[in-house]
Amino acid sequence: MTETCHSQWQYNFAFLDENTKRMLRRALLKAVAIPGYQVPFGSREMPLPYGWGTGGIQLTASIIGQDDVLKVIDQGADDTTNAVNIRRFFARVTSVATTSSTAAASLIQSRHRIPETPLRPGQIMVFQVPEPEALRTLEASEVETRKLHAHQEYGLMHVKLYEDIARFGHIATSYDYPVMVNQRYLSSPSPIPKFDNPKLHMSPALLLFGAGREKRLYAIPPHTRVESLAFEDHPFTVQRWEQACALCGSHDSYLDEIITDDAGARMFVCSDTDYCQQQQESKA
Amino acid sequence: MYVAVKGGETAIARSWDLLAAARRGDSALAELSLGQIRQQLRLAVARVMQEGSLYDEELAALALKQAAGDTVEAVFLLRAFRTTLPRFASSKPLDTAAMRVRRRVSGTFKDVPGGQILGPTADYTQRLLDFSLGDNSDVPPCALADSGVPQPLPSVLEVLAAEGLIEAEQPLPGDPEPADLTRQPLMFPADRATRLQNLARADEGWLLGLAYSTQRGYAESHPFAGEIRMGEVSVSVCPEELGFDIDIGEITLTECQMINQFAGSKTAPPQFTRGYGLSFGEAERKAMAMALVDRSLRAEELGEAAHAPAQQQEFVLYHSDNVEASGFVQHLKLPHYVDFQAELSLIRTLRAQATSSAVQEANHD
Amino acid sequence: MSQPVLSVSGLAKDYGNGQGCFDIDFELYEGEVLCIVGESGSGKSTLLSTLAGRLSADAGSVRFRDRAGSSHELTTLAEAERRRLARSEWGFVTQHARDGLRMNVSAGANVSERLMALGQRHYGQLRETAAQWLEKVEISRERLDDRPTAFSGGMQQRLQIARNLVTQPRLVFMDEPTGGLDVSVQARFLDLLRRLVHDTGIAVIMVTHDLGVTRLLAQRTLVMQQGRVVEAGLTDQILDDPQHPYSQLLVSSILQA
Repeated sequence: MTETCHSQWQYNFAFLDENTKRMLRRALLKAVAIPGYQVPFGSREMPLPYGWGTGGIQLTASIIGQDDVLKVIDQGADDTTNAVNIRRFFARVTSVATTSSTAAASLIQSRHRIPETPLRPGQIMVFQVPEPEALRTLEASEVETRKLHAHQEYGLMHVKLYEDIARFGHIATSYDYPVMVNQRYLSSPSPIPKFDNPKLHMSPALLLFGAGREKRLYAIPPHTRVESLAFEDHPFTVQRWEQACALCGSHDSYLDEIITDDAGARMFVCSDTDYCQQQQESKA
Repeated sequence: MYVAVKGGETAIARSWDLLAAARRGDSALAELSLGQIRQQLRLAVARVMQEGSLYDEELAALALKQAAGDTVEAVFLLRAFRTTLPRFASSKPLDTAAMRVRRRVSGTFKDVPGGQILGPTADYTQRLLDFSLGDNSDVPPCALADSGVPQPLPSVLEVLAAEGLIEAEQPLPGDPEPADLTRQPLMFPADRATRLQNLARADEGWLLGLAYSTQRGYAESHPFAGEIRMGEVSVSVCPEELGFDIDIGEITLTECQMINQFAGSKTAPPQFTRGYGLSFGEAERKAMAMALVDRSLRAEELGEAAHAPAQQQEFVLYHSDNVEASGFVQHLKLPHYVDFQAELSLIRTLRAQATSSAVQEANHD
Repeated sequence: MSQPVLSVSGLAKDYGNGQGCFDIDFELYEGEVLCIVGESGSGKSTLLSTLAGRLSADAGSVRFRDRAGSSHELTTLAEAERRRLARSEWGFVTQHARDGLRMNVSAGANVSERLMALGQRHYGQLRETAAQWLEKVEISRERLDDRPTAFSGGMQQRLQIARNLVTQPRLVFMDEPTGGLDVSVQARFLDLLRRLVHDTGIAVIMVTHDLGVTRLLAQRTLVMQQGRVVEAGLTDQILDDPQHPYSQLLVSSILQA
């Protein structure tokens, strides 16, 4: 069994075999049918490290077709190392067209951001999720958290939010801000900044979430209610900046802070590189 | 200005070149052949096959070479390749009682039927660096066994089993097909077959540490090494279209049967219980550690108090996989600018509040 | 007389080796405190856990009437329904505050948890309700943002009471709630408890090994020995004129003490 010549090895389209893709799509159908519910699935060992997007890659691999146009972003940017690596992976195993334009993409895989350009019907977004369990930092046991979801017992999460307000005067969660999907399942929106949470609500696009290491996937189908947890007298708010983007002048995008010299000088620029470029071009 | 974010494509391509050059090292020195790795680093090859869940020495050697000797990276490479392999058949259960034994020792009886067989072990060497290995000198030829090992070699634990002193090793009612953790997610509570599968793939260091903890008061199980055997076992499959077994080759295995004390419960009288470990290749440390952890994970089933880490299924099984652990620990290297930015704003807000309330209090005084 | 809150008949939990509780029958009414006494190993804590559905019963029936007047058979209740009742209709006060409180969050969060679980989402109101409950259990509202770790043993037990009573349950289970308290602290705690039971009309089932506690609180008492109820009746009767030799022994031992 060891003398086989492996040098002509051919990978299947999108790396995964067709049976695995079918298994994933069945799990995705279940996820779409029960918005926000974490579906356990037979996560495969991928040629990228766990924690680096193996869940997202598997979802993308299971739904990508020859005619898709793929965009991959990490931190909102198309050119960050991990985004480049994942895009190269799909270019190598599928040869589908890739793009950095949000509008031109049919399929967008993302880590930590939702593009500023509004999504449209027919688009699918795939989120890479490190920890799908919104309750995990409050309750370590998976057996226990599954029970809490089954019985819709989410008092624990509100205890955490209450405690934030008692200690800090407001809810001190700035990213991976917990949401209630379709008024039933408490879910993690993945570590997007809470700035992006409102984009989940009634999104016209299909939103899929994959956690490879934890072997869970879930979905927010188009036009689903997604509510960021809050109190009536401490409503949910998003980050705002006093500055505009130093490159495109946008006032309503999420900004990254870049330190420009060792004296502490800094500038603020859009984290969504595609959006920033569009804004610059429209002004030029 | 924007270099921190742009230019990733080129940088990645350059890093690949540097990696390839670093792996090869000084090109004036001969390149390692896969045969050399298989033959001379056989224990590293065995560990990569074991934790990579693929018995293929050539591929494991290739993975080790590509990973420049980094075991966990080699396991990762092998597993990612394994995912893509089609499955033709499942083997019949291996019969380790029929093993062509090269080593078999027992810590529980001075002599056992068939005798203690030391085999190729480093156990009785003095751990002195052998500088002669540095000169590539030839090893004097090794005389082969003067008398053959009896085949099959009876299992030590059967002696105890015959007297009813140790629990029977029975398959579950109906002998259900075990789960395949490379195809199905780990769910809890996990049955013993699933747990053993997880432990077999588990990082050796993780198991070793956990096993060690059970010997130091975190879940004492009073273990004895009932039997450790190593040798070759044949693998057979029974293709549906043929309807009879075909021998497809043999693999090297190390098996450890641990004997543990058990005080008895309301349903069972006091008797010895078992912990089981099995590993590809010559891998006693792994097999023994696995057997200890297997036994400690049986606490609940045996009605024992389960307070120690090594007794907690979720804790042990969720954190045993080195490819998962390595990826997740190291994913912290990935950019987290967006979340960090969010935290930065939050900390600034909190500090501003703290400062202003301190000022107010000072004014109040 | 109204319908009982809880009717127990022929209840058994069998551990196999003679341990457990057997042939338990009693009824409990609104505003009533029932004490279960006996030494350790007598099966009283097993009985309490079986009543509260934390252990599954092996025989018998436990019928609970909820606030709306519906009756539920607890021994066969689905877990989802049991958990709903546990959140809305019951309380459980443990001997060790650590088991009954969240030690790493503030007193206010501890008291508010059940309200939030029932859907209340106004921080200011939650806080005010929590503050009022702290006062009811004789803890200053100034301590609202302190964690239970900063509280004395007696305060922790009173905080447990507030945390449980805030949703006005119909039935509260208590497992040796005074077990870890000094005698002087105990008296204040029992006094408070008696007042709260009187004011709120809740029914209480309390396990204790202390007949002193029983005398102060309970209208009725069950005496348990080796898993069985050996004597049941009005507390005063049992204390003044115990019939069973074991009750006589228990009573005489506290009189001497």
